[in-house]
Amino acid sequence: METIKLTIDNKQVEVEKGTTILDAARKMGIDIPTLCHMRLDDLNIENKPGGCRICVVEVHGRRNLSPACITKCDDGAVIRTHTPRVMNARRTVMEFILSDHPKDCLICPKSGTCELQDMANRLGIREIPGQEIAEMSTYRKDTSPSIIRDLDKCIMCRRCEMMCNDVQTVGALSAFNRGFMAAVAPAFEQNLEYSPCTYCGQCVAVCPTGALTEVDHTREVLRAIVDPAKTVVVQTAPAVRAALGEEFGMKPGTLVTGKLVSALRELGFDYVFDTDFAADLTIMEEGTEFLTRLKKFLNGDKNANIPILTSCCPGWVNFFEHNYPDLKDVPSTAKSPQQMFGAIAKTYFADKINVNRKDMVVVSIMPCLAKKYESQRPEFAVDGNPDVDFSISTRELAHFIRQANIDFANLPDSDFDRPLGESTGAGVIFGNTGGVIEAAVRTAYELYTGKKLSRLEFTELRGMEGVRQATIDFDGFPLSIGIAHGLGNARKLLDEVKAGRSKFHAIEVMACPGGCIGGGGQPLHHGDSSVLKARAMAIYDEDRNKPIRLSHENQYVLQLYTEFLGEPNSEKAHHLLHTHYFDRKAKIIVKQ
Amino acid sequence: MSSIKIELRQEDLDKIHEICDSFDNEPLELINVLHRTQEHFGYLPAEVQEAIAAKLNISTAQVYGVVTFYSFFTMTPKGKHPISICMGTACYVRGAEKVLDEFRKELSIQVGQTTADGKFSLSSLRCVGACGLAPVVLVGEKTYGRVAPDDVKAILKEYE
Repeated sequence: METIKLTIDNKQVEVEKGTTILDAARKMGIDIPTLCHMRLDDLNIENKPGGCRICVVEVHGRRNLSPACITKCDDGAVIRTHTPRVMNARRTVMEFILSDHPKDCLICPKSGTCELQDMANRLGIREIPGQEIAEMSTYRKDTSPSIIRDLDKCIMCRRCEMMCNDVQTVGALSAFNRGFMAAVAPAFEQNLEYSPCTYCGQCVAVCPTGALTEVDHTREVLRAIVDPAKTVVVQTAPAVRAALGEEFGMKPGTLVTGKLVSALRELGFDYVFDTDFAADLTIMEEGTEFLTRLKKFLNGDKNANIPILTSCCPGWVNFFEHNYPDLKDVPSTAKSPQQMFGAIAKTYFADKINVNRKDMVVVSIMPCLAKKYESQRPEFAVDGNPDVDFSISTRELAHFIRQANIDFANLPDSDFDRPLGESTGAGVIFGNTGGVIEAAVRTAYELYTGKKLSRLEFTELRGMEGVRQATIDFDGFPLSIGIAHGLGNARKLLDEVKAGRSKFHAIEVMACPGGCIGGGGQPLHHGDSSVLKARAMAIYDEDRNKPIRLSHENQYVLQLYTEFLGEPNSEKAHHLLHTHYFDRKAKIIVKQ
Repeated sequence: MSSIKIELRQEDLDKIHEICDSFDNEPLELINVLHRTQEHFGYLPAEVQEAIAAKLNISTAQVYGVVTFYSFFTMTPKGKHPISICMGTACYVRGAEKVLDEFRKELSIQVGQTTADGKFSLSSLRCVGACGLAPVVLVGEKTYGRVAPDDVKAILKEYE
């Protein structure tokens, strides 16, 4: 490794050749302010268009100030990060950005978590010279089932564009126009609904301002709760418990399962259940479907649809419907846990407590924005009554808890209700990349081999690498598994399946980097990947603490089969717990 | 999220494919592809951009981004008689803006637009290299020099 020496703010530092001034300074504990720049270490995600110029520094001997995020260090360079010239330039840049930005911080959904607001505060901006004569660029607001785009608040950092194109390869967003009129939008400035958007929400997860936010459904939820005619049932996804604490000042990676349950009860939900129950149910259905396909495949059936692809992630489902409609028979037909839960709650459970499905409201707490769209899909409703009425994100739940005057940090722990609140460690790890397939392997192994597992943790399936592969010994049969998180990584595996070159028997895909723990509805990570890693560890801790860690040992899931469904993949199970996919690829039609 | 359907005539689709093929369907040649396509169709409507994106295997949003970035590309068809007013320094100081205003008033269109009957379109450009004749107006291939706002009506009349 070739190193160079330089001086930043009168202190010497030695760094690897090629290091940027920003990284060299950070290594020394000098925190140069940045706005457009964002990097998630270990996930190979970086946005550095060098566009905003907030990070400018003075490099001795250079006429102009240099943006620290894209300028590489020279050997012997002398750099100063807080001279009057630098500080003036930074303030001027900020004043220009703010002159074309709405001043409605008081009522902005991003207020308090906005990086632009924080930066204005940090730089001590107290006035915006000339703002009374400055023209403001304005755009039409776009509300989709999951995401709201308010481009008046776009500062052209282009993080969303990088996420949508480079990381997710979705291609819904691009910068258009130039200069003052420039912004980021779908083709022809159409609404997201008419674009290949998957609602993964990664654009929202990285937006520094209020330009991209989620559609807020908390008011509808509150209205349902106070309606005495409604029985309101809530389910909460695994990744929520590993991140919600961050919204209340807790350390990333703090598990708040017990407090979460207490908070949901205080909010007034009639039944507090766990999506993890439905995750266990998913394993029963998807695992059985997989073993059926695998047996066909091993008997030489060319149409066995191996590899099977997981289907829990609605962003991923949207992605293959748009990009690989010719492969739509390959993913498992199992619904996502959210939708399985809704279907069971409004049939089995509604019958049990003698409530008409029309008088039951199912709310889901999700780390995800695509779940909002998924819950609104017409095929997931019976006579117009949706299986899941409202899906709200971890962030929305945090707002809701604050509004209800609940002192979250000091809440006692409590337990989920029965029967749909019982879950195993296998259900919990659905929140991490690799978790769904690990849960499936645990159950499939025991069902396939008829033997007890000697170990439950398949660490070879874990990690943060974008594409991973592992071979699991199924009692002599080498089961080959592929894992991708981030849709760009999924595309790599899909292209191989399409070309008939895939050597895998099963592939797990999650749309968001890190899996659901890094979902578009989670507390904002602000470019700190250690937050995601801490959440992943918390999920594995929760698994370790569970007395039962195999989905097929969940007593309440087994009871559901005996009392109601019959057996996995039965006709009734197919009717309630499985789905089909649509071709949504853009079509060119020849005009006659 | 919903599936997009676009319609094109077979011959137009064939032409787009021919142009893309001539650049080996290389996404990095997008600007050249757009250039040639606009040369052929006169403009770049949404359907054409969709077809180019599909053929080059890139997103339509990306194609649209490039089309809107370069002022040379246009999504509206040029008029039968495209009018360009030079807004270069020499023409500008000699009153090109007033001439442009007059054209806008007479035709009731803005720069970048085309009249409803498809006859005239209006654009501005930077310096045609005839500063001695400032302000300069081009209608199609024909050049008009030392144009005053009062001349605008007469110029338009020539094309009726």
